[in-house]
Amino acid sequence: MDLSTKYLGLDLKHPVVASPSQLSADLDGVLRLADAGAAAIVMASIYEEQISAEEIRHAALTDQGADSQPEAAGYFSTREDRGVLESRLEILRKASERAGVPIIASLNGQSDAGWVGFAQKLQQAGASAIELNIYRVPADSAETGAQVEESYAAIVRAVKQQVSIPVAVKIAPFFSSPANLATKLAGAGADGLVLFNRFYEPDIDLKTLTPQVNLHLSTPYDIRVPLMWISLISPRFKGSIAATTGVWSGEEVVKYLIVGADVAMTASALVKFGPAHIGVLVSGLRDWMERRGFASLDAFRGRLADHRRAFDAAALMRAEYRDILTAGYASVIR
Amino acid sequence: MTPVTVTLDGNTAVAHVAYRVNEICAIYPITPSSGMAELADAWSAEGLKNIWGEVPSVQEMQAEGGAAGCVHGALQSGALTTTFTASQGLMLMLPNMYKIAGELTSTVFHVAARALAAGTSSIFGDHQDIMATRATGFALLGASSVQEGHDLALIAQAATLAARVPFIHFTDGFRTSHEYNKLTLIPDEQIRAMIDETLVWDHRARALSPERPFIRGTWQNPDTYFQTREAVNPYYAKTPGIVAAAMDRFAGLTGRRYELFRYDGPNDAERVVVCMGSGAEVVRETARWLNAKGEKVGALQVLLYRPFSAEHFLAALPESVRAVAVLDRTKEPGSPMEPLHADIVGVLADAVATGRRKLMPRVIGGRYGLSSKDFHPGMAKAAFDELKKPDPKNGFTLGIIDDVSGTSLDYDAALDIEPENTVRCLFYGLGADGTVGANKNSVKILSEGPDQYAQAYFDYDSHKSGAETASHLRFGPRPIAAPYLIRHASFVACHKFSFLFKRDILGPARPGATFLLNSPHGPEKVWAELPRPVQKQIIDKKLRFFVIDASEVALRIGLGPRLNTILQTCFFHLAHVLPPDVAIAQIKRFIKKTYESKGEAVVKLNFAAVDAAVDALHEVAVPADLNGVALPPIVRPDAPAFVREVTAEIMAGRGDLIPVSLMPADGTFPGGTTQYEKRNIAVEVPIWDPGLCIQCGQCGIVCPHAVIRAKTYPNRALDGAPGGFKSAPVNARGYPESRFTLQFYVEDCTGCGVCVENCPAYSPAGDGKRAINMGEKFPILVQERESIAFFEKLPSPDRERVNFANIRGVQFLEPLFEFSGACGGCGETPYLKLISQLFGDRMQVANATGCSAIYAANTPAHPWRANADGRGVAWANSLFEDNAEFGLGYRLAIDAQTRAARALLEGVKPAVGVDLVKALLESRQQSESDFFAQRARIVTLKEKLAAIQSQEARRLETVADFLVRRSVWIVGGDGWAYDIDSGGLDHVLAQGRDVNVLVLDTEVYSNTGGQSSKATPLGASAKFASAGKRTPRKDLALQAISYGNVYVAQIALGANAEQALIALREAEAYPGASLVLAYCQCIAHGIDMRTGMKQQARAVASGYWPLFRFDPTMRSQGLNPFRLDSPRPRLPLRDYIYRELRYETLTRSHPESAAEMLRQAQAAVLENYRIYEDLAARDGGRFLPHWEDAPK
Repeated sequence: MDLSTKYLGLDLKHPVVASPSQLSADLDGVLRLADAGAAAIVMASIYEEQISAEEIRHAALTDQGADSQPEAAGYFSTREDRGVLESRLEILRKASERAGVPIIASLNGQSDAGWVGFAQKLQQAGASAIELNIYRVPADSAETGAQVEESYAAIVRAVKQQVSIPVAVKIAPFFSSPANLATKLAGAGADGLVLFNRFYEPDIDLKTLTPQVNLHLSTPYDIRVPLMWISLISPRFKGSIAATTGVWSGEEVVKYLIVGADVAMTASALVKFGPAHIGVLVSGLRDWMERRGFASLDAFRGRLADHRRAFDAAALMRAEYRDILTAGYASVIR
Repeated sequence: MTPVTVTLDGNTAVAHVAYRVNEICAIYPITPSSGMAELADAWSAEGLKNIWGEVPSVQEMQAEGGAAGCVHGALQSGALTTTFTASQGLMLMLPNMYKIAGELTSTVFHVAARALAAGTSSIFGDHQDIMATRATGFALLGASSVQEGHDLALIAQAATLAARVPFIHFTDGFRTSHEYNKLTLIPDEQIRAMIDETLVWDHRARALSPERPFIRGTWQNPDTYFQTREAVNPYYAKTPGIVAAAMDRFAGLTGRRYELFRYDGPNDAERVVVCMGSGAEVVRETARWLNAKGEKVGALQVLLYRPFSAEHFLAALPESVRAVAVLDRTKEPGSPMEPLHADIVGVLADAVATGRRKLMPRVIGGRYGLSSKDFHPGMAKAAFDELKKPDPKNGFTLGIIDDVSGTSLDYDAALDIEPENTVRCLFYGLGADGTVGANKNSVKILSEGPDQYAQAYFDYDSHKSGAETASHLRFGPRPIAAPYLIRHASFVACHKFSFLFKRDILGPARPGATFLLNSPHGPEKVWAELPRPVQKQIIDKKLRFFVIDASEVALRIGLGPRLNTILQTCFFHLAHVLPPDVAIAQIKRFIKKTYESKGEAVVKLNFAAVDAAVDALHEVAVPADLNGVALPPIVRPDAPAFVREVTAEIMAGRGDLIPVSLMPADGTFPGGTTQYEKRNIAVEVPIWDPGLCIQCGQCGIVCPHAVIRAKTYPNRALDGAPGGFKSAPVNARGYPESRFTLQFYVEDCTGCGVCVENCPAYSPAGDGKRAINMGEKFPILVQERESIAFFEKLPSPDRERVNFANIRGVQFLEPLFEFSGACGGCGETPYLKLISQLFGDRMQVANATGCSAIYAANTPAHPWRANADGRGVAWANSLFEDNAEFGLGYRLAIDAQTRAARALLEGVKPAVGVDLVKALLESRQQSESDFFAQRARIVTLKEKLAAIQSQEARRLETVADFLVRRSVWIVGGDGWAYDIDSGGLDHVLAQGRDVNVLVLDTEVYSNTGGQSSKATPLGASAKFASAGKRTPRKDLALQAISYGNVYVAQIALGANAEQALIALREAEAYPGASLVLAYCQCIAHGIDMRTGMKQQARAVASGYWPLFRFDPTMRSQGLNPFRLDSPRPRLPLRDYIYRELRYETLTRSHPESAAEMLRQAQAAVLENYRIYEDLAARDGGRFLPHWEDAPK
């Protein structure tokens, strides 16, 4: 049985990819994921502002008491010190050398220079591809949707001009027209899309009256939004598509592939069950394929993607939505 | 070969050579030599190779005595071995040095020469330590400059291999070891060419080997010992020639020529000054200047002091010389003359007597430069001038005013001999602002070109926090040979506005100089804010005056307190040293070099500072009117006379002018002087909200500087309170008519914020406010001064009524340790303050050398003080290596005198009354009221004794005070307790005497910059363990517990202050030896010090630092003496340690070994906890040894 797939031009032995989490933050974790059989590993995101803040904080701590009194020029031997970014790149470097599977670097920039500069460094450190984890909350009401989308495209263009490895873009679902945005990003040079980012969804703690920003692990229920959009986007998007969110068993992997994804990414399930869960996902996929008699992924990938023209798809989906809601409420009333 | 020139400090210049020509370095940190050892360790860790292609091993030892022993063993086993040390360290090496020399062993000890601890101690430079080694048999070779230090290090190594006589190669501590100057590096090929490989093989061949066994170091008897000692003579006789030959060979290789005695001056000179070390350079330059003015004088530098070659000396000193002044940088009380002086007199006298010289010149001697006392051309000229006199003074001193013995020579303090084209700049900075670091870069920028030379030297005050630094920077087109402070500056920068009110910043400014001031007041407003004397200097000297609000710029761009880059840019801009574009590019290049390893964000931030600096710089149009602020007195007018006449002068930077008559001859100083200092270093201070305060005392207990004071008092005492005085009703039951005030001594506060972090009283409004919040000091300063004055007049809480058993009560006890110079957020000082509150009025402290000695006793800032009754903490420091024994000595003496007092009481019983004697002898002396009553009895006793005419009565008067139980505290850090005095501490604990040992455990040598000790934990990086310590810390508690009769406790104030309080009180009450290990956060841990107490709590929660008490008295009651006071580990170790840079840094530099060490450390923590848990669960009868409980 052939589980192999291609993602961002990379040949993968199967479509289960580890997405960024604390597991892929250090070398040990990456190697554990590789040993557990991940087809590729997206390393924990590098956040530009976090790196900068950490570097500045470290420098301030190292400088504490330096050159202040005659008995000590400083309190730390800084000769072997390595900057925060440099140490993350070193992990990437070693992971790329040792993991035996493609290592994809995830980047979350803040400034224009940061996106480009960091992306170049990630390529130099041996990343097989870069996942641009573009995440911003357009809190400024003066900013239009078009401007937001253009800012995404600009980042992709800038990065693509400076790196030669494939670049995927991870976005959130909340755009007026995600499919249109996908086309725009492809035009800007994106080699792939990762659908979707988990959104910032704070709760409120009524005791302290403060926002609660804790992140909950996704559940299989959460696959529905990406499932729909992948089915709409995949037929018209030339690059690769990674589905992420809610992959807890082989079933979700299958569902994502059926709507046209090239790979399924998972973090929550691995955080909960450990890296070995990758094997569960892969064997779930294999079992399903055996039961259905598929010999390769291509045999069923995209089968439920929406190949109809966009206008028809929209009309059809509106009708489906109407029916579901009506039936749903009817069942509640009954 | 093109010579490579670099700008380095002396320590680096020496270590560069020493590292390359040795295989082993056995070391121990001591100022000012630590830098050499640290470099050797860092190079070794990086894999840098010596000239034989090997990476030298660097071994940190537990003490210098241990380092010398290790060196000795390594030498006897054939390895080329060195060490780096100074002062007391060299003293500890003396016994081994006799052995090493006696065995004719080739080695070079590199010493940064430093003063010795006598009546007072000093970390600064002179030749007292070198002179103390004269008898060891080591050759002594001294350098006068950074270049010489570099070159002579190699010449010494070449010579020792040939001579078999071991060498001390020394530079002047600080003046040369810490001076940055341009030098030509010796390439490795030339180093190789200087070292005769066959001599190295000979050295190995002389080593111990079972393949060709022999016995060395035998014990000899009256028949042969003497001859053996004399048998070495030929080796010493040959040594000067060998050194001279090595110098010649060196000259052939490098072009730099040295001689055993360097003479500079005309061949017909009549007056010569002889000197050794950096002073020789001052003498040389002064002689050159005098000769240019038509005089005929010479300067003679002694390079090889031992073995002293009379032949070479006589050859160097012109026959024409009629008068010689010999300058010694040392002091030998009671000797007819200082050592160099004596040697030269002897050599000349012998030469005249034996006909080798026709005339005996007049030879006078003098002392100069002790403890890095600045030695400048004015002083050197005074020595030359003295020689002109018909009856010159012998045994003179230079640089002081000796109005007691009349030794001092007058000198011209303003003499300026430097060439006009040497630009001289002075920068006054605050310790944390980066001024020194920036100047270390500036000196390199300014000396990069082939005809550019620069020199930098840094002068610090004694505080660990908020210290004043002065950077002396020279540059010009010719080599800078001026090892003395700048007195004529064409550029003066003051980086802290308040310094203008404390010291004479513009005194050294030359007419027409540029003055740059970091000022919160802009160019229009600054003039009126200046002190009037400063205004006058600006006008009189016609200074160009510039201001910049660098603090605002730094804050705006996110640099925090580091002003260095901004002010450095302004300096280059104003000094016009380089074209503006070049200067900016150079500054940025060095910023990149300095900060690259810390990350691009840090580099960019500093680039932003460079770019913002010049725009914020403004020239001030200097008005003609003197309308400024009157200078306030340095200390308040009602301060004691000594404080006004001596302490205040030192605080004002005028200590050099204090005459000998005003200085205590025996090192005895008044305590409690920090209260007069009012350093005002904090911009933000805690501000109390009485309405929110729950009066718990949690802020006061953690305050490192004792700036938080609490009082309760009757309502009516508030009459006449100033407007802003704050108070609240006492919130405890039973005090209906009483008020509570928490007073913050804002002028003494460092602004560390620990109290705010520790305050548990949050505002119910949910705005994050607490009962204490940080706020700007300036707007409240005047009001707070009034409040403090009023607060001090309020009645003090009655110690007899205070509850000593809880934190809430303890806040009312007056601290007798206050306003020390410790770092903001220091983890050590809260413990010292606490014991001073509990026992201070009957406490005697033996303090080991280290941070706690420096912030406690660096003159003029003395934080240990007396209470209003005149009773308080009596404090002394012996040495680093003997503090436990020193404290035991206290105990023995106290016990002996207490015994004597008790015995004498029996004799005077009939005269003073049986009841009084009985009460005095039987006083329980546990509670405060017991002590109060006993003191009252002693007053009565003394009154009665006064009426008795007998020897016994007089004797009893001298020891009556011992009838109050005295509390002996032996205090020190982990470097002391775990390493250098571990043997002594162990012995003292084993004696069962009533001493209380408090170990302020920062887990590193904090004072010397964070070197690893045996308390350094597994997985933490420290100097000498930069890749992480591979073994767990020593369990000193278990060692002490193994004696069975030692009270042992482990405490952490930030985790459980009540437990710490109980432990300290139990330890003090315990009649035998007590050991308390106190967790202390330190800046060497790399944490935000504001959060230090929380970090203590994490240390305990993770199980890393379990809290416990082992109280032997429990055993006699059949109970388990070991009580575990903290719960099982409930925080993963990583959540505690990775909040500290010392651990976290390894996750970046050595991620894999960091992960491995974390795993091991976590396992060790859990296992340790299990051991303690086992102990706590034991039956009380199962504790060994239990001989005291053995059946009779």
